[in-house]
Amino acid sequence: MSRLSIDGISARLSGRPVLKNVSLAVGSGTFLGLAGPNGAGKSTLLRACLGLIPAEGAIHLDTVDLTALRPFERARYLSYLPQERETAWSMSVEAVVALGRLPHQGRFPMMTGADHAAVEAVLARMDLLPHRTRAVTGLSGGERARVLIARALAQETPVLLADEPLAGLDPQHQIALMRLFRELAGEGRIVIASMHDLTLAARWCDRLLLLRDGRAFAEGAPATVLTESTLRDVYNIEAHIGEAAGRMIVQPLDIARKTEDHS
Amino acid sequence: MTASRFRATVVLLCCVTLLLFHFSLVIGPAGMGTGESLRALLGGGKELQVLVMQEIRLPRALLGLVVGATLGLSGGALQGFLRNPLAEPGLIGISASASLGAVIAIYTGLSALFALALPLLALVGAMLAVIVLRAMAGPDGRPLAVILTGVAISSFAAAMTSLVLNLSPNPFAATEIVFWMLGSLTDRSMTHVWLILPFTLIGWFMLFRLGRALDALSLGPDAAASMGIDMRHAQRLVILGTALSVGAATAVTGAIGFIGLVVPHVLRPFVGAQPSRLLPASALGGASLLLAADILVRVVAPERDLKLGVVTAIVGAPFFLWLVWSYRRTAL
Repeated sequence: MSRLSIDGISARLSGRPVLKNVSLAVGSGTFLGLAGPNGAGKSTLLRACLGLIPAEGAIHLDTVDLTALRPFERARYLSYLPQERETAWSMSVEAVVALGRLPHQGRFPMMTGADHAAVEAVLARMDLLPHRTRAVTGLSGGERARVLIARALAQETPVLLADEPLAGLDPQHQIALMRLFRELAGEGRIVIASMHDLTLAARWCDRLLLLRDGRAFAEGAPATVLTESTLRDVYNIEAHIGEAAGRMIVQPLDIARKTEDHS
Repeated sequence: MTASRFRATVVLLCCVTLLLFHFSLVIGPAGMGTGESLRALLGGGKELQVLVMQEIRLPRALLGLVVGATLGLSGGALQGFLRNPLAEPGLIGISASASLGAVIAIYTGLSALFALALPLLALVGAMLAVIVLRAMAGPDGRPLAVILTGVAISSFAAAMTSLVLNLSPNPFAATEIVFWMLGSLTDRSMTHVWLILPFTLIGWFMLFRLGRALDALSLGPDAAASMGIDMRHAQRLVILGTALSVGAATAVTGAIGFIGLVVPHVLRPFVGAQPSRLLPASALGGASLLLAADILVRVVAPERDLKLGVVTAIVGAPFFLWLVWSYRRTAL
């Protein structure tokens, strides 16, 4: 049982404060959804955890201070699925997945037997064995998303951070992905993913963190976080929260009040 | 499957390079047979033949090998680092600033006083470019700033070179400058080889170290950083490695274009498009291409001193167009 604790993290982008004193603690086995309007700081929070941008505050996995680690050491604890899914070159599926083993290799990286075994296991798990020699650039959006997740899984980290993994996927692939994240958490990992689809978030996440203007607005079980009043406050929308087949659904209806144009 | 194909490609390229190196040694106007040439190379036979082999052909073939490998390798590394198939050693301003240093050496007459002044000033030019690149490129090691700074350095160095030409004291100096800039392996000595070898070897070492970082970078800088790649270190390696090896190459041969652009392109499909595998393949491919072009120069017009840089561009540019054409057709 491990625990990721984020304490009072703040970050600025081009001098503007984007993340203001956000704290969070997540235990293993948890799938946490990160929600909030565009610009609320979801991506920044993930990037700050990964050390991709300078940030104040402390991030620990149990007793390990993640901010003090060197990049390749940190990469053994945290894996990351960025929003960007473009691959620059037409490398094979297998070669891309094998990149996930990099943090486990030395200064002059060589694939060991353990690395090959890890890659094989992940390819099998993600149903990619028939595609292993295909070029990633020739895959469909859904297949490519699977390859990139496989790459992150090959890293074998206790924590997986994903930035809008649902974007651009069809409903079937979206559900399959949420199911997978749920399963990964069930195996004892900590999964944190940002998303905009509140119905999927409510259905599959154990917990939700709702961000507004760089601050944590609400945190807890989906049913307690997603209420008509919080959605009005955070997203500025009127929403219907109901039930279908015994599960919670969140249907945005309209903009709550006239918004001030900040642009 | 791809691993064995990669090995086969490298072995084949090694054979081609060795064969062309051999041809480069035995082809020339002195009219010696193959056996005679090789014996003279090791110090046997007539004194004049020994001189031709050891002082003229050996440095020429060695420079072809080393400079060609440098251009191919740095082209492959830069394309990988910048995630851009259009990148080449000239793009980040190293070649242009090294050329400027050399041109200043010719203009001021320093190169006439002291032969090594030219390559040394060229190296100084390359290092100045590095200082500007490192200062401008920013702390997070992102590629875009490197491209933009490189373009600015290239334009500035080209303008300064034009200024020197503009102010050149007499037509002979201007002609000498222009001829030098066309790029050539003619009349270089073993001193040149020894001069650039240490810089080149350190540069190669740095560029080869990039290998897996380039593979990771194909998923983007954020993904690479999350896999433990230190982007600032990678940026340091790519800038310094290119500056040392390409700066040294430009210092003795002038700017030779298109090899660094075309070779990685041609070889990419044979190595499964994996940037780390492209590095050794591009180095060998670059060496082969430059040796072949230098042999061509000697065979086609032995008495006209055709410049190598001219030939690589004349052959390279149409070939590149064809390449773009075929990519366009497969992409659509």
